[in-house]
Amino acid sequence: MTVADTIKIPGKRSFARGIHPSDKKSLCAGSPVEILPTPKSVLIPLSQHIGAPCAAIVKPRTEIAIGDVVGDSEAFVSAPVHASVGGTTSAATVTTLPNGQHVGAIPITVAEEQPLASQGLWDDIYGGNWPTDSIESLDPKQITQAVRTGGIVGMGGATFPTHVKFARNPDKPIDTLIINGCECEPYLTSDHRLMLEAPEPIIAGALLSARAAGAERIIVAIEDNKPDAIEKMQSAATGTGIDIVGVHTLYPMGGEKQLIVAVMAREVPTGGLPLDVGVVVVNVATAAAVARAVLRNKPLTHRIISVTGEGVATPKNILAPVGTSYADIIEHCGGLTDSADRVISGGPMMGFALGDLDVPVTKGTSGIVVLTEAQTRKSAETACVRCGRCVSACPLGLVPTRIALAARNKDWEMAKRYYITACVECGCCAYVCPAEIPLVQLIRAGKAGLPRD
Amino acid sequence: MTEEAKENQQVAPVLSVAPGPHITAARSMRRVMIDVLIALVPAAATGVYVFGWRAGMQMGVCVVSCMFFEALFQFLRKRPHTVGDLSAAVTGIILGLSIPWTAPWYVGFIGSAAAILIAKMLFGGLGSNIFNPAMTGRAFVQACFASEMTTYLLPGKIGPPRAVEIITQATPLAAGKFEHVAYNLQDLAFGCVNGSVGETGAIACAVGGLYLILRRSASWRIPLGMLVAAAIVAGINQTLTDTVLTVGHHLLAGGLVFGAFFIATDPATSPISNRGKWIFGIGTGALVMLIRLFANVPEGVMYAVLVMNMTVPLIDRWTVPKPLGGPVKKKT
Repeated sequence: MTVADTIKIPGKRSFARGIHPSDKKSLCAGSPVEILPTPKSVLIPLSQHIGAPCAAIVKPRTEIAIGDVVGDSEAFVSAPVHASVGGTTSAATVTTLPNGQHVGAIPITVAEEQPLASQGLWDDIYGGNWPTDSIESLDPKQITQAVRTGGIVGMGGATFPTHVKFARNPDKPIDTLIINGCECEPYLTSDHRLMLEAPEPIIAGALLSARAAGAERIIVAIEDNKPDAIEKMQSAATGTGIDIVGVHTLYPMGGEKQLIVAVMAREVPTGGLPLDVGVVVVNVATAAAVARAVLRNKPLTHRIISVTGEGVATPKNILAPVGTSYADIIEHCGGLTDSADRVISGGPMMGFALGDLDVPVTKGTSGIVVLTEAQTRKSAETACVRCGRCVSACPLGLVPTRIALAARNKDWEMAKRYYITACVECGCCAYVCPAEIPLVQLIRAGKAGLPRD
Repeated sequence: MTEEAKENQQVAPVLSVAPGPHITAARSMRRVMIDVLIALVPAAATGVYVFGWRAGMQMGVCVVSCMFFEALFQFLRKRPHTVGDLSAAVTGIILGLSIPWTAPWYVGFIGSAAAILIAKMLFGGLGSNIFNPAMTGRAFVQACFASEMTTYLLPGKIGPPRAVEIITQATPLAAGKFEHVAYNLQDLAFGCVNGSVGETGAIACAVGGLYLILRRSASWRIPLGMLVAAAIVAGINQTLTDTVLTVGHHLLAGGLVFGAFFIATDPATSPISNRGKWIFGIGTGALVMLIRLFANVPEGVMYAVLVMNMTVPLIDRWTVPKPLGGPVKKKT
């Protein structure tokens, strides 16, 4: 029993149901983060977050430096995007993100001379000192403003603008900040490597986030399949009052609703947000980005990406600028193997398959997973026999097969009766379905088709 | 992207695109059905051991006919063949096990036709049926061949080959109900009594049933609810009346254990939520006992399951589980 198991938390470190997929983390967990050589060009999407897209504020054929604002928006739920390299802009174009969204994008041809590259880049983003003693004196509003200016969004994949989470609501005070280091998706190791190689900015970001949101307690939750990360984080957190807690390795532990149950024994109301139960959840990479934005006034321009899976020649963890093409990153990792069949942006449970590799990575790209033909789900669909495996797997306690049936038949009354909107699309149901019914796809389509009332 | 990279990509493998999740742990439907077949082995083996080759023939006839009728139906409807999923084989074995070993071959054949054509395929095939196919088939032949279905001896023979000590031709429940003779509990547990092919050996059925539950191919809630409910009703009956049949007799005799593990747990015809499964199991168990005690027949598993099958849509509707975080708030 480690220290991480003895810390008192209200939750049981686990949640009901869920699944245990093979985590496949060993492919990449031992590879230190490599800094990608600056690519020749990048394409900065103007919407890399949930919320209003940004409008381009740079003109074509202008010189631009790393960290300059490329696009911004007046909307509250939005986050500016910044140039991740220095270079020259071209006319705005449109690109298709892996999730299928068509968004405007600004191409940047990279200049020969880059002020920040290789080790210098790492030091600027994650290295050096992260003083935490003056945080108490900072104004929470100032932190939140710096987070917005830095374009920080949730880097676990959901890309919800972080400053929105920090905006204080007098009716819903926050008492606990959970720093999410679960990384429950199979294969992905980017958060794991970050916790091992740069725990200090995470700790600093956690303290800043708690200050901004007004949380009294900070809990860093890490799945217990990463004991080395738990240890590193513990030593980095010494003296800060931050609790490092090991939680069970159970997919989808990294989902906010599940993590809040496991850590706080609180249930986020259906259709509500963590702040409804006094909690803010921030991913470890996001916390590190918060620290950089506030303490160093640097925006979010780079992120660590796990390039892994049996279909990649050399699995690696890469620090890459936002806007780098997936193809460039995969090429840096030795390219695809002959057996490669599916390239996924994100993890294999909730990630999106790519049809075209020449698309840019965004702030939310946590990994690139390449699976082989033998591994991918085939969806040779047969009839549902109501075996109930999806019911025993659904972490939200839903009846996925009935929701999917309702969605297929466009029976909206039935879809609502079975709480279609409560689904978080984690994929547990489709993972276990012996009839290989594309449950998540059907439910997603159902949500999109659900009439607004 | 460099020119070289573009060239590389052209020779790279063609990428497939599909919605997530991209990985699966799923056992195929066929694998699930194979599990059920494996679980039925102890009961089938006991049947063949006690009743001899005719018991094996009974199952064989039913399996072949069930698969034949499913293939025939799909052929006539010009639909893809589904015999490969083995669900028809499962129905066949269960039907064969619930028919007396003495019944002529055409009983199984006609029962299979009713099970597959009427109960299963006309309702839309695997997963869409309302009534348990095997029990529907059995109910059909029970109505058509009443005497063949209740005669457990062949003319000129004293008893089943192995159960030589049995002198009466009645099944344990019929003997208890109509002649007030109680059987030895040990014989009931091991299956050395008269009855339908598969329902006599309570232990064999339970062993197979536990395998199903361990493989998560059947819910444990339905059998447990059913057996406990039946035991409670039998217990009340035992204390209030001077019956010769104790709780043990009611649990071990007839098709209760077989029905609890293999018939009531049929996922297509039982509720999907956990609460629903409890209601279904308890309801079936109680109904079995009510039929056994108050109806004019000795055994009630078949009718209890069929009656409870009818309640499943309603149970499902009333037991939609509440999601984590509670139901969606109505907008005001």
